[in-house]
Amino acid sequence: MPTTEEVRTGLAEIVNEVAGVPADDVQLDKSFTDDLDVDSLSMVEIIYAAEEKFGVSIPDEEAKNLKTVGDAVAYIERAAS
Amino acid sequence: MTSLNSATGAKAAAILGFGGYRPRRVVDNAEIITMIDSTDEWIRTRSGIVERRWASPDETIQMMSVSAARKALDTAGIEPGQIDTVIVSTVTHLHQTPAVATTIASELGATGAAAFDISAACAGFCYATAMADSFVRTGASKYVLIIGVERLSDMTDTSDRSTAFIFADGAGAAVIGPSESSGIGPVVWGSDGDQASLIGQTEPWDTAVRDAEGDAVWPTLRMEGNPVFKWASYTMAKTAAEAMDAAGVRPEDLKVFAPHQANMRITDAMFRALKLPADVVVARDIARQGNTSAASIPLAIEALLESGEAKSGDTCLIIGFGAGLVYAGQVIVLP
Repeated sequence: MPTTEEVRTGLAEIVNEVAGVPADDVQLDKSFTDDLDVDSLSMVEIIYAAEEKFGVSIPDEEAKNLKTVGDAVAYIERAAS
Repeated sequence: MTSLNSATGAKAAAILGFGGYRPRRVVDNAEIITMIDSTDEWIRTRSGIVERRWASPDETIQMMSVSAARKALDTAGIEPGQIDTVIVSTVTHLHQTPAVATTIASELGATGAAAFDISAACAGFCYATAMADSFVRTGASKYVLIIGVERLSDMTDTSDRSTAFIFADGAGAAVIGPSESSGIGPVVWGSDGDQASLIGQTEPWDTAVRDAEGDAVWPTLRMEGNPVFKWASYTMAKTAAEAMDAAGVRPEDLKVFAPHQANMRITDAMFRALKLPADVVVARDIARQGNTSAASIPLAIEALLESGEAKSGDTCLIIGFGAGLVYAGQVIVLP
C-alpha cells in the first residue's frame, strides 16, 4: 500500500512527463489548471497514466472532479485500497 | 458447387508516388481569433496549429483532386491511361451522385477506370490504401489512384470555439501498383459505431433543408474533443502497434510516423504511447495545414519527402481515425 507521499511523488512524475511541470511543484494543495497550467488534454493523459501506474480505474465522471493534486492523490489512495 | 475462374493479381503491391494540392489562401490564427474568442497561444498549445489552408470557390473537390493526382502520377511515372481504378475518399463533396471519382477519372484521362467515392472520414486514406493493395494483389486492378480530398471549411461553424480553428482543406493522392516486394503492410482496421455521436455532421441535409421552419440552417461538423483525444491517443496507439506487428516491423526499424494530422497533441501522445525511438521522423504538417481529414496523411507524407526529412524506401507507419468512429492503420514503404 503506497503512502500519500509515494502517491504524490508517482503522480508528480507523471505530471512532469506529460506537461513538463517540475515534480516539486506538484504539491497536494495545487490546482491542476490554475496553479500548474495543465489543460484538459493533459489531464486526460495524466489520468490515463495514473490508472496504469497505480492499477486503479478513474472513470470520466470522477476524473472531472479531481481539481487539485490532493483530490487526485486521495482518489487514488481510496481506489487502491 | 460450380467453380468459377479467379483473377490472378500481382504478388505484391506498393505506393509508387504521392502528390498533393494545398489551397492558396493561408488563414493564420490572427484571422481565426477575429471569429472566435480565443488566442494564438491557446490555439497553438491546444492543437499545434499556426496556420491552415481554406479553399477558394475555384478550388473545388474536383480541381484539387485532379491537381494532386497529376502530381502523384508524375512522381510515380505512370500515365493516366494506365489507371484502371480511382478511389476518392471525402466527406465534403456535397453532391450525392454522380461520385466525383468518375469525373476526376474522366478529366485525368483515366478512361473507363472503375471509379467510386468512399466515406471513411479521417481514416479514408488508409481505408483506400488497404482496398487498393487488395485490388492489385487479387487482380481486380493493375494501377489504382487513391485520393483523400476535403473542403472541411464548407462545413465548419466559424463561431464554434471548439472547432473553428481545426478544420481545413486540401487534397492528397497516391498511385498504387504492382511491386517486386510488398510496400504495403496488412491493414488493421475497424469501427466503433457505439461512439458515432462523438464526431460528425450536426444534422442530415434533409432535416436541415427540407424540414426547416423558416431559414434552413447549414449543417456543420462538431466534435467532442476530450473523449476523441483519449480514444486517439490510447486505443489508436494500440491499433498502430498492431499494424507494425502485422507488417513485421519493430519500433527500432521504423523510420517515419505519419498519423492523421488531427491535432499535434494527439500525435505527441501516440508517439509516447507507442514508445517509438527518438530518431523516428514525425509528420507535423498540421502546424501549417490544419486538419484536412482524408487528405492529411498524403499531404503530410508529400511534405516530408519534399523536405528530405523522409526518404524513398523508408518504412512509414500511417494511421487514420475519425468520425464513425472509424480507424485504419498500416505500415508502408515510401516511394
